[in-house]
Amino acid sequence: MPADRASNPGATLIESFLPASAAGIVELLSPAPVGWGGTLLLGLMHSLEIAVGATIVGLLIGTWGAYGKLYGGPVVRDLFAVYTTVVRAVPELVLILLLYYAGTDLINQVLTAMGYQRVDISGLVAGIAVLGFVQGAYSTEVIRGAILAIPQGQIEAARAFGMSPGLLLRRITLPAMLPFAIPGLANLWLIATKDTALLAVVGFFELTLATRQAAGVTKAYLVFFLAAGVLYLCVTLVSNFLLGRAEKWARRGMPSIKEAR
Amino acid sequence: MSALAAAKISSGEAQDCAAEAIHVENLHKKFGQLHVLKGVSLSARDGEVIAIIGGSGSGKSTLLRCINCLENPTSGIIRVNGEEIKLKADSHGHTIPADRRQIERIRSKLGMVFQNFNLWSHMTLIENVIEVPVHVLGVKRDEAVAQAEKLLARVGLAEKRDVYPAYLSGGQQQRAAIARALAINPRVMLFDEPTSALDPELVGEVLKVIGDLAREGRTMVLVTHEMKFAREVATHVVYLYNGLVEEEGPPEQIFGAPKSERLKQFIRNIG
Repeated sequence: MPADRASNPGATLIESFLPASAAGIVELLSPAPVGWGGTLLLGLMHSLEIAVGATIVGLLIGTWGAYGKLYGGPVVRDLFAVYTTVVRAVPELVLILLLYYAGTDLINQVLTAMGYQRVDISGLVAGIAVLGFVQGAYSTEVIRGAILAIPQGQIEAARAFGMSPGLLLRRITLPAMLPFAIPGLANLWLIATKDTALLAVVGFFELTLATRQAAGVTKAYLVFFLAAGVLYLCVTLVSNFLLGRAEKWARRGMPSIKEAR
Repeated sequence: MSALAAAKISSGEAQDCAAEAIHVENLHKKFGQLHVLKGVSLSARDGEVIAIIGGSGSGKSTLLRCINCLENPTSGIIRVNGEEIKLKADSHGHTIPADRRQIERIRSKLGMVFQNFNLWSHMTLIENVIEVPVHVLGVKRDEAVAQAEKLLARVGLAEKRDVYPAYLSGGQQQRAAIARALAINPRVMLFDEPTSALDPELVGEVLKVIGDLAREGRTMVLVTHEMKFAREVATHVVYLYNGLVEEEGPPEQIFGAPKSERLKQFIRNIG
Protein backbone atom coordinates (compact mmCIF):
# COMPACT_ATOMS: atom_id res chain seq x y z
CA MET A 1 0.00 0.00 0.00
CA PRO A 2 1.55 3.40 -0.96
CA ALA A 3 2.64 5.59 1.92
CA ASP A 4 0.72 8.72 0.88
CA ARG A 5 -2.57 6.85 0.70
CA ALA A 6 -1.94 5.49 4.18
CA SER A 7 -1.15 8.86 5.71
CA ASN A 8 -3.86 10.85 3.92
CA PRO A 9 -6.87 9.41 5.71
CA GLY A 10 -5.08 10.09 9.01
CA ALA A 11 -4.43 13.68 8.11
CA THR A 12 -8.03 14.25 7.10
CA LEU A 13 -9.12 12.63 10.33
CA ILE A 14 -7.03 15.04 12.39
CA GLU A 15 -8.25 18.02 10.36
CA SER A 16 -11.81 16.97 10.89
CA PHE A 17 -11.25 17.07 14.64
CA LEU A 18 -9.29 20.29 14.70
CA PRO A 19 -10.97 23.55 13.74
CA ALA A 20 -7.59 25.15 13.17
CA SER A 21 -4.51 24.40 11.13
CA ALA A 22 -1.13 23.57 12.66
CA ALA A 23 -0.16 27.23 12.61
CA GLY A 24 -3.46 28.05 14.27
CA ILE A 25 -2.74 25.55 17.05
CA VAL A 26 0.59 27.19 17.79
CA GLU A 27 -1.14 30.55 17.89
CA LEU A 28 -3.86 29.25 20.21
CA LEU A 29 -1.32 27.82 22.64
CA SER A 30 1.13 30.71 22.52
CA PRO A 31 1.70 32.32 25.91
CA ALA A 32 1.38 35.83 24.42
CA PRO A 33 -2.11 37.39 24.28
CA VAL A 34 -4.43 36.15 21.55
CA GLY A 35 -3.00 32.75 22.47
CA TRP A 36 -4.22 30.99 25.66
CA GLY A 37 -0.93 29.36 26.64
CA GLY A 38 -0.35 31.91 29.39
CA THR A 39 -3.77 31.18 30.87
CA LEU A 40 -3.04 27.48 30.90
CA LEU A 41 0.37 27.98 32.52
CA LEU A 42 -1.16 30.24 35.17
CA GLY A 43 -3.72 27.54 35.87
CA LEU A 44 -0.93 24.96 36.09
CA MET A 45 0.95 27.15 38.53
CA HIS A 46 -2.16 27.43 40.73
CA SER A 47 -2.65 23.68 40.53
CA LEU A 48 0.94 23.08 41.63
CA GLU A 49 0.61 25.58 44.48
CA ILE A 50 -2.43 23.73 45.75
CA ALA A 51 -0.82 20.32 45.27
CA VAL A 52 2.40 21.31 47.06
CA GLY A 53 0.52 22.99 49.89
CA ALA A 54 -1.93 20.12 50.27
CA THR A 55 0.87 17.56 50.25
CA ILE A 56 2.77 19.44 52.97
CA VAL A 57 -0.38 19.75 55.09
CA GLY A 58 -1.14 16.10 54.38
CA LEU A 59 2.36 14.99 55.43
CA LEU A 60 2.13 16.93 58.69
CA ILE A 61 -1.30 15.51 59.48
CA GLY A 62 -0.12 12.09 58.32
CA THR A 63 2.94 12.08 60.58
CA TRP A 64 0.88 13.15 63.59
CA GLY A 65 -1.85 10.74 62.62
CA ALA A 66 0.50 7.80 62.26
CA TYR A 67 2.14 8.58 65.60
CA GLY A 68 -1.24 9.07 67.22
CA LYS A 69 -2.58 5.81 65.87
CA LEU A 70 0.53 3.84 66.81
CA TYR A 71 1.53 5.33 70.15
CA GLY A 72 -1.42 7.48 71.26
CA GLY A 73 -3.84 6.82 74.06
CA PRO A 74 -7.28 5.31 73.39
CA VAL A 75 -8.96 8.69 72.77
CA VAL A 76 -6.32 9.87 70.31
CA ARG A 77 -6.38 6.53 68.52
CA ASP A 78 -10.17 6.60 68.20
CA LEU A 79 -10.18 10.18 66.92
CA PHE A 80 -7.67 9.36 64.20
CA ALA A 81 -9.51 6.15 63.36
CA VAL A 82 -12.74 8.13 62.81
CA TYR A 83 -10.85 10.72 60.76
CA THR A 84 -9.13 8.26 58.43
CA THR A 85 -12.26 6.12 58.04
CA VAL A 86 -14.62 8.99 57.25
CA VAL A 87 -12.28 10.83 54.91
CA ARG A 88 -11.40 7.69 53.01
CA ALA A 89 -15.04 6.56 52.85
CA VAL A 90 -16.59 9.75 51.39
CA PRO A 91 -15.89 10.68 47.75
CA GLU A 92 -13.36 13.47 47.55
CA LEU A 93 -15.63 15.64 45.45
CA VAL A 94 -18.31 15.48 48.13
CA LEU A 95 -15.75 16.30 50.81
CA ILE A 96 -14.45 19.22 48.78
CA LEU A 97 -17.93 20.65 48.27
CA LEU A 98 -18.81 20.06 51.89
CA LEU A 99 -15.63 21.47 53.40
CA TYR A 100 -15.32 24.31 50.93
CA TYR A 101 -18.83 25.71 51.29
CA ALA A 102 -19.77 24.49 54.75
CA GLY A 103 -16.25 25.08 56.09
CA THR A 104 -15.97 28.70 54.97
CA ASP A 105 -19.55 29.31 56.08
CA LEU A 106 -18.83 27.83 59.49
CA ILE A 107 -15.73 29.96 59.96
CA ASN A 108 -17.65 33.10 59.06
CA GLN A 109 -20.56 32.21 61.35
CA VAL A 110 -18.14 31.69 64.21
CA LEU A 111 -16.44 34.99 63.41
CA THR A 112 -19.71 36.95 63.27
CA ALA A 113 -20.91 35.27 66.46
CA MET A 114 -17.72 36.42 68.15
CA GLY A 115 -18.29 39.92 66.82
CA TYR A 116 -15.68 39.94 64.08
CA GLN A 117 -16.04 40.89 60.44
CA ARG A 118 -16.72 38.17 57.91
CA VAL A 119 -13.58 37.25 56.01
CA ASP A 120 -13.16 36.27 52.41
CA ILE A 121 -11.28 33.00 52.48
CA SER A 122 -9.04 32.79 49.46
CA GLY A 123 -9.55 29.88 47.12
CA LEU A 124 -5.89 28.97 47.49
CA VAL A 125 -6.02 28.65 51.27
CA ALA A 126 -9.36 26.84 51.19
CA GLY A 127 -8.11 24.51 48.47
CA ILE A 128 -4.93 23.66 50.34
CA ALA A 129 -6.86 23.12 53.56
CA VAL A 130 -9.49 20.90 51.96
CA LEU A 131 -7.13 18.76 49.87
CA GLY A 132 -4.59 18.68 52.70
CA PHE A 133 -7.27 17.34 55.01
CA VAL A 134 -8.05 14.57 52.52
CA GLN A 135 -4.37 13.83 51.85
CA GLY A 136 -3.71 13.67 55.58
CA ALA A 137 -6.00 10.68 55.98
CA TYR A 138 -4.26 8.68 53.26
CA SER A 139 -0.79 9.82 54.41
CA THR A 140 -1.60 8.66 57.94
CA GLU A 141 -2.04 5.12 56.72
CA VAL A 142 1.00 5.18 54.41
CA ILE A 143 3.27 6.54 57.15
CA ARG A 144 1.79 4.22 59.78
CA GLY A 145 2.60 1.25 57.58
CA ALA A 146 6.11 2.58 56.93
CA ILE A 147 6.81 3.04 60.64
CA LEU A 148 5.63 -0.52 61.26
CA ALA A 149 8.12 -1.70 58.62
CA ILE A 150 11.12 -0.24 60.48
CA PRO A 151 13.01 -2.99 62.30
CA GLN A 152 11.80 -2.21 65.83
CA GLY A 153 15.25 -2.89 67.28
CA GLN A 154 16.48 0.36 65.74
CA ILE A 155 13.83 2.34 67.62
CA GLU A 156 14.59 0.37 70.77
CA ALA A 157 18.30 1.18 70.41
CA ALA A 158 17.48 4.88 70.17
CA ARG A 159 15.41 4.65 73.35
CA ALA A 160 18.15 2.67 75.07
CA PHE A 161 20.61 5.50 74.43
CA GLY A 162 18.37 8.10 76.01
CA MET A 163 16.84 9.80 72.97
CA SER A 164 13.80 11.92 73.74
CA PRO A 165 10.64 11.15 71.72
CA GLY A 166 11.10 14.27 69.56
CA LEU A 167 14.73 13.47 68.78
CA LEU A 168 13.87 9.84 68.10
CA LEU A 169 11.18 10.91 65.61
CA ARG A 170 13.48 13.34 63.82
CA ARG A 171 16.71 11.35 63.80
CA ILE A 172 15.55 7.73 63.62
CA THR A 173 11.87 7.10 62.92
CA LEU A 174 11.33 9.55 60.03
CA PRO A 175 14.53 8.77 58.08
CA ALA A 176 14.18 5.04 58.72
CA MET A 177 10.55 4.88 57.59
CA LEU A 178 11.18 6.99 54.47
CA PRO A 179 12.27 4.16 52.15
CA PHE A 180 9.06 2.31 52.99
CA ALA A 181 6.87 5.40 52.72
CA ILE A 182 8.15 7.02 49.52
CA PRO A 183 6.37 4.75 47.01
CA GLY A 184 3.04 5.33 48.77
CA LEU A 185 3.64 9.03 49.33
CA ALA A 186 4.69 9.41 45.68
CA ASN A 187 1.31 7.98 44.71
CA LEU A 188 -0.39 10.48 46.97
CA TRP A 189 1.56 13.37 45.48
CA LEU A 190 0.56 12.36 41.94
CA ILE A 191 -3.05 12.00 43.05
CA ALA A 192 -2.82 15.44 44.69
CA THR A 193 -1.64 17.07 41.47
CA LYS A 194 -4.71 15.72 39.71
CA ASP A 195 -7.16 16.20 42.58
CA THR A 196 -6.59 19.91 42.16
CA ALA A 197 -8.85 19.55 39.12
CA LEU A 198 -11.74 18.82 41.49
CA LEU A 199 -11.41 22.36 42.81
CA ALA A 200 -12.64 23.59 39.42
CA VAL A 201 -16.16 22.76 40.63
CA VAL A 202 -15.89 25.37 43.37
CA GLY A 203 -14.59 27.90 40.88
CA PHE A 204 -10.92 27.86 41.81
CA PHE A 205 -8.83 28.89 38.86
CA GLU A 206 -6.55 25.95 38.26
CA LEU A 207 -5.45 24.10 35.15
CA THR A 208 -8.72 22.32 34.41
CA LEU A 209 -10.83 25.45 34.82
CA ALA A 210 -8.33 27.45 32.75
CA THR A 211 -8.56 24.82 30.05
CA ARG A 212 -12.35 24.89 30.09
CA GLN A 213 -12.32 28.66 29.71
CA ALA A 214 -9.82 28.60 26.88
CA ALA A 215 -11.65 25.80 25.11
CA GLY A 216 -15.03 27.41 25.68
CA VAL A 217 -13.99 30.72 24.18
CA THR A 218 -12.08 29.33 21.19
CA LYS A 219 -14.14 26.14 20.72
CA ALA A 220 -10.82 24.31 20.26
CA TYR A 221 -11.74 21.67 22.84
CA LEU A 222 -9.42 18.96 21.63
CA VAL A 223 -6.39 21.26 21.40
CA PHE A 224 -6.78 22.64 24.89
CA PHE A 225 -7.73 19.45 26.69
CA LEU A 226 -4.90 17.61 24.96
CA ALA A 227 -2.56 20.46 25.96
CA ALA A 228 -3.79 20.22 29.56
CA GLY A 229 -3.24 16.47 29.44
CA VAL A 230 0.32 17.01 28.24
CA LEU A 231 0.92 19.49 31.07
CA TYR A 232 -0.38 17.00 33.66
CA LEU A 233 1.81 14.35 32.05
CA CYS A 234 4.86 16.62 32.26
CA VAL A 235 4.19 17.18 35.96
CA THR A 236 4.08 13.43 36.44
CA LEU A 237 7.27 12.82 34.46
CA VAL A 238 9.23 15.47 36.37
CA SER A 239 7.77 14.13 39.64
CA ASN A 240 8.77 10.59 38.76
CA PHE A 241 12.31 11.70 38.08
CA LEU A 242 12.61 13.64 41.34
CA LEU A 243 10.86 10.98 43.41
CA GLY A 244 13.11 8.32 41.93
CA ARG A 245 16.14 10.29 43.11
CA ALA A 246 14.54 10.80 46.51
CA GLU A 247 13.82 7.10 46.87
CA LYS A 248 17.36 6.20 45.90
CA TRP A 249 18.64 8.61 48.54
CA ALA A 250 16.27 7.30 51.19
CA ARG A 251 17.38 3.73 50.48
CA ARG A 252 21.07 4.67 50.74
CA GLY A 253 21.74 2.22 53.56
CA MET A 254 19.98 -0.68 51.88
CA PRO A 255 21.66 -3.06 49.46
CA SER A 256 20.12 -3.13 45.99
CA ILE A 257 17.43 -5.78 45.73
CA LYS A 258 18.69 -6.68 42.26
CA GLU A 259 21.49 -8.66 43.85
CA ALA A 260 18.98 -10.60 45.96
CA ARG A 261 16.84 -11.56 42.98
CA MET B 1 47.72 -17.95 87.60
CA SER B 2 46.98 -15.85 84.54
CA ALA B 3 47.27 -12.09 84.51
CA LEU B 4 43.55 -11.86 83.97
CA ALA B 5 42.80 -13.94 87.05
CA ALA B 6 45.19 -11.80 89.08
CA ALA B 7 43.51 -8.67 87.81
CA LYS B 8 40.17 -10.16 88.75
CA ILE B 9 41.29 -10.84 92.28
CA SER B 10 42.73 -7.38 92.74
CA SER B 11 39.52 -5.85 91.44
CA GLY B 12 37.65 -8.15 93.78
CA GLU B 13 39.62 -6.80 96.72
CA ALA B 14 38.95 -3.26 95.59
CA GLN B 15 35.25 -4.08 95.27
CA ASP B 16 34.26 -3.28 98.81
CA CYS B 17 35.17 0.36 98.51
CA ALA B 18 34.10 0.76 94.84
CA ALA B 19 30.84 2.60 94.28
CA GLU B 20 27.78 0.62 93.32
CA ALA B 21 27.02 1.37 89.66
CA ILE B 22 23.90 -0.75 89.42
CA HIS B 23 21.67 -1.94 92.19
CA VAL B 24 18.56 -4.01 91.57
CA GLU B 25 16.40 -5.09 94.46
CA ASN B 26 13.47 -7.48 94.56
CA LEU B 27 12.60 -6.93 90.91
CA HIS B 28 9.34 -8.38 89.60
CA LYS B 29 8.20 -8.38 85.99
CA LYS B 30 4.91 -9.73 84.69
CA PHE B 31 3.87 -9.88 81.05
CA GLY B 32 0.12 -10.25 81.54
CA GLN B 33 -0.30 -13.55 83.38
CA LEU B 34 3.30 -14.55 82.78
CA HIS B 35 5.48 -13.92 85.82
CA VAL B 36 8.96 -13.64 84.31
CA LEU B 37 10.96 -12.16 87.19
CA LYS B 38 9.91 -13.12 90.70
CA GLY B 39 12.02 -10.96 92.94
CA VAL B 40 15.56 -10.71 91.59
CA SER B 41 18.33 -8.70 93.20
CA LEU B 42 21.59 -7.79 91.53
CA SER B 43 24.46 -5.47 92.21
CA ALA B 44 27.36 -4.28 90.06
CA ARG B 45 30.16 -2.24 91.61
CA ASP B 46 32.60 -0.22 89.54
CA GLY B 47 35.00 -2.51 87.69
CA GLU B 48 32.90 -5.61 88.14
CA VAL B 49 31.85 -7.84 85.27
CA ILE B 50 28.56 -9.53 86.09
CA ALA B 51 27.62 -12.46 83.88
CA ILE B 52 23.97 -13.48 83.93
CA ILE B 53 23.46 -17.05 82.77
CA GLY B 54 20.43 -19.28 82.65
CA GLY B 55 18.25 -21.33 80.38
CA SER B 56 15.82 -20.04 77.79
CA GLY B 57 12.92 -18.26 79.48
CA SER B 58 14.78 -17.87 82.78
CA GLY B 59 14.28 -14.09 82.57
CA LYS B 60 17.92 -13.10 82.06
CA SER B 61 17.31 -10.81 79.08
CA THR B 62 14.26 -9.31 80.77
CA LEU B 63 16.37 -8.56 83.85
CA LEU B 64 18.96 -6.74 81.75
CA ARG B 65 16.29 -4.82 79.84
CA CYS B 66 14.64 -3.72 83.06
CA ILE B 67 17.85 -2.02 84.19
CA ASN B 68 17.40 0.74 81.60
CA CYS B 69 13.61 0.44 81.52
CA LEU B 70 13.39 -0.95 77.99
CA GLU B 71 11.01 -3.22 79.88
CA ASN B 72 9.21 -1.52 82.70
CA PRO B 73 9.48 -3.59 85.88
CA THR B 74 6.23 -4.47 87.59
CA SER B 75 7.74 -3.71 90.97
CA GLY B 76 11.13 -3.41 92.62
CA ILE B 77 13.95 -0.94 93.05
CA ILE B 78 16.54 -0.05 90.41
CA ARG B 79 19.39 2.31 91.22
CA VAL B 80 21.92 3.45 88.63
CA ASN B 81 24.86 5.46 89.98
CA GLY B 82 23.06 5.62 93.27
CA GLU B 83 20.06 7.31 91.65
CA GLU B 84 16.81 5.42 92.02
CA ILE B 85 14.62 5.24 88.90
CA LYS B 86 11.32 6.83 89.79
CA LEU B 87 8.41 4.62 88.76
CA LYS B 88 4.69 5.23 88.79
CA ALA B 89 1.54 3.39 87.80
CA ASP B 90 -0.24 4.50 84.62
CA SER B 91 -4.00 4.48 84.10
CA HIS B 92 -3.95 0.75 83.25
CA GLY B 93 -2.00 -0.13 86.38
CA HIS B 94 1.23 -0.74 84.43
CA THR B 95 4.40 0.57 86.01
CA ILE B 96 6.12 3.20 83.89
CA PRO B 97 8.98 5.64 84.52
CA ALA B 98 7.61 8.64 86.39
CA ASP B 99 10.13 11.12 85.01
CA ARG B 100 10.94 10.84 81.32
CA ARG B 101 13.98 13.12 81.59
CA GLN B 102 15.40 11.11 84.45
CA ILE B 103 15.11 7.86 82.54
CA GLU B 104 16.65 9.47 79.43
CA ARG B 105 19.55 10.79 81.51
CA ILE B 106 20.13 7.38 83.11
CA ARG B 107 19.89 5.58 79.77
CA SER B 108 22.53 7.87 78.26
CA LYS B 109 24.99 6.51 80.86
CA LEU B 110 24.32 2.87 80.04
CA GLY B 111 25.88 1.50 76.86
CA MET B 112 23.55 -1.18 75.57
CA VAL B 113 24.62 -3.83 73.05
CA PHE B 114 21.82 -5.92 71.57
CA GLN B 115 21.59 -9.46 70.32
CA ASN B 116 20.60 -8.21 66.85
CA PHE B 117 23.06 -5.27 66.78
CA ASN B 118 20.27 -2.75 66.03
CA LEU B 119 22.55 -0.33 64.21
CA TRP B 120 20.64 2.48 62.51
CA SER B 121 20.47 1.33 58.91
CA HIS B 122 20.22 4.80 57.34
CA MET B 123 23.54 5.89 58.87
CA THR B 124 27.11 4.90 58.07
CA LEU B 125 29.19 3.42 60.89
CA ILE B 126 30.77 6.73 61.82
CA GLU B 127 27.32 8.39 61.83
CA ASN B 128 26.00 5.59 64.05
CA VAL B 129 28.82 6.11 66.52
CA ILE B 130 28.58 9.92 66.72
CA GLU B 131 24.76 10.02 66.76
CA VAL B 132 24.22 9.83 70.51
CA PRO B 133 27.25 11.92 71.56
CA VAL B 134 26.25 14.73 69.18
CA HIS B 135 22.47 14.72 69.52
CA VAL B 136 21.89 13.46 73.06
CA LEU B 137 25.02 14.44 74.95
CA GLY B 138 25.76 17.66 73.07
CA VAL B 139 29.37 16.84 72.13
CA LYS B 140 30.78 18.99 69.31
CA ARG B 141 30.65 17.18 66.00
CA ASP B 142 34.37 17.24 65.17
CA GLU B 143 35.25 16.04 68.68
CA ALA B 144 32.70 13.26 68.37
CA VAL B 145 34.06 12.24 64.97
CA ALA B 146 37.65 12.12 66.28
CA GLN B 147 36.51 10.01 69.23
CA ALA B 148 34.43 7.76 66.98
CA GLU B 149 37.37 7.15 64.64
CA LYS B 150 39.45 6.01 67.60
CA LEU B 151 36.69 3.68 68.77
CA LEU B 152 36.15 2.22 65.31
CA ALA B 153 39.91 1.67 64.99
CA ARG B 154 39.86 -0.02 68.37
CA VAL B 155 37.23 -2.55 67.28
CA GLY B 156 39.11 -3.04 64.00
CA LEU B 157 36.69 -1.18 61.72
CA ALA B 158 38.63 2.01 60.93
CA GLU B 159 38.44 1.48 57.19
CA LYS B 160 34.68 0.79 57.32
CA ARG B 161 33.78 4.19 58.74
CA ASP B 162 31.70 5.27 55.73
CA VAL B 163 30.02 1.93 55.08
CA TYR B 164 26.35 1.31 55.86
CA PRO B 165 25.62 -1.50 58.35
CA ALA B 166 23.76 -3.67 55.81
CA TYR B 167 27.01 -4.17 53.89
CA LEU B 168 28.84 -5.67 56.88
CA SER B 169 29.00 -9.13 58.43
CA GLY B 170 27.23 -9.79 61.72
CA GLY B 171 30.50 -9.76 63.60
CA GLN B 172 31.49 -6.42 62.10
CA GLN B 173 28.07 -4.99 62.88
CA GLN B 174 28.26 -6.14 66.48
CA ARG B 175 31.74 -4.66 66.89
CA ALA B 176 30.41 -1.37 65.48
CA ALA B 177 27.51 -1.58 67.94
CA ILE B 178 30.03 -1.96 70.76
CA ALA B 179 31.87 1.15 69.48
CA ARG B 180 28.53 3.00 69.42
CA ALA B 181 27.89 2.04 73.04
CA LEU B 182 31.43 3.02 74.08
CA ALA B 183 31.05 6.42 72.41
CA ILE B 184 28.73 7.65 75.16
CA ASN B 185 31.51 6.91 77.67
CA PRO B 186 29.10 4.72 79.62
CA ARG B 187 29.23 4.10 83.33
CA VAL B 188 28.14 0.53 82.67
CA MET B 189 28.04 -1.56 79.51
CA LEU B 190 25.00 -3.82 79.14
CA PHE B 191 25.34 -6.79 76.78
CA ASP B 192 22.20 -8.69 75.83
CA GLU B 193 23.39 -12.00 74.37
CA PRO B 194 25.84 -10.20 72.06
CA THR B 195 26.97 -13.31 70.20
CA SER B 196 23.73 -15.30 69.96
CA ALA B 197 22.83 -14.03 66.49
CA LEU B 198 26.30 -14.62 65.04
CA ASP B 199 27.68 -17.40 62.91
CA PRO B 200 30.03 -19.55 65.01
CA GLU B 201 33.15 -18.37 63.20
CA LEU B 202 32.28 -14.72 63.95
CA VAL B 203 31.74 -15.19 67.68
CA GLY B 204 35.45 -15.04 68.50
CA GLU B 205 36.10 -11.57 67.11
CA VAL B 206 33.24 -10.09 69.15
CA LEU B 207 34.21 -11.92 72.34
CA LYS B 208 37.76 -10.64 71.95
CA VAL B 209 36.52 -7.03 71.92
CA ILE B 210 34.31 -7.63 74.97
CA GLY B 211 37.13 -9.46 76.75
CA ASP B 212 39.48 -6.51 76.17
CA LEU B 213 36.91 -4.19 77.73
CA ALA B 214 36.63 -6.47 80.76
CA ARG B 215 40.41 -6.58 81.14
CA GLU B 216 40.68 -2.80 81.22
CA GLY B 217 38.27 -2.73 84.13
CA ARG B 218 35.05 -1.58 82.52
CA THR B 219 31.90 -2.23 84.51
CA MET B 220 29.71 -4.61 82.58
CA VAL B 221 26.56 -6.66 82.91
CA LEU B 222 26.59 -9.46 80.38
CA VAL B 223 23.81 -11.86 79.49
CA THR B 224 25.44 -14.73 77.65
CA HIS B 225 25.32 -18.34 76.57
CA GLU B 226 29.12 -18.47 76.20
CA MET B 227 30.00 -20.28 79.43
CA LYS B 228 33.71 -20.50 78.75
CA PHE B 229 33.81 -16.78 78.08
CA ALA B 230 31.76 -15.97 81.18
CA ARG B 231 34.15 -18.00 83.26
CA GLU B 232 37.12 -16.11 81.79
CA VAL B 233 35.94 -12.53 82.08
CA ALA B 234 33.30 -12.38 84.80
CA THR B 235 34.04 -11.35 88.36
CA HIS B 236 30.64 -12.54 89.48
CA VAL B 237 28.20 -14.98 87.90
CA VAL B 238 24.45 -15.01 88.47
CA TYR B 239 22.49 -18.12 87.51
CA LEU B 240 18.80 -17.42 86.94
CA TYR B 241 16.25 -20.17 86.97
CA ASN B 242 12.56 -19.56 86.35
CA GLY B 243 12.69 -15.88 87.32
CA LEU B 244 14.74 -16.28 90.48
CA VAL B 245 18.44 -16.22 91.32
CA GLU B 246 19.16 -19.89 91.86
CA GLU B 247 22.82 -19.47 92.64
CA GLU B 248 25.47 -16.76 92.38
CA GLY B 249 29.11 -16.34 93.17
CA PRO B 250 32.57 -16.03 91.66
CA PRO B 251 33.01 -17.95 88.39
CA GLU B 252 35.34 -20.54 89.96
CA GLN B 253 32.57 -21.52 92.37
CA ILE B 254 29.70 -21.37 89.88
CA PHE B 255 31.46 -23.40 87.20
CA GLY B 256 33.89 -25.35 89.39
CA ALA B 257 31.79 -26.28 92.39
CA PRO B 258 28.12 -25.57 91.73
CA LYS B 259 25.84 -26.33 94.67
CA SER B 260 22.39 -26.29 93.11
CA GLU B 261 21.28 -29.42 91.23
CA ARG B 262 19.70 -27.29 88.49
CA LEU B 263 22.92 -25.35 87.95
CA LYS B 264 24.91 -28.59 87.82
CA GLN B 265 22.57 -29.94 85.20
CA PHE B 266 22.58 -26.63 83.27
CA ILE B 267 26.39 -26.61 83.11
CA ARG B 268 26.45 -30.29 82.09
CA ASN B 269 23.95 -29.66 79.28
CA ILE B 270 25.48 -26.50 77.92
CA GLY B 271 29.14 -27.47 78.38
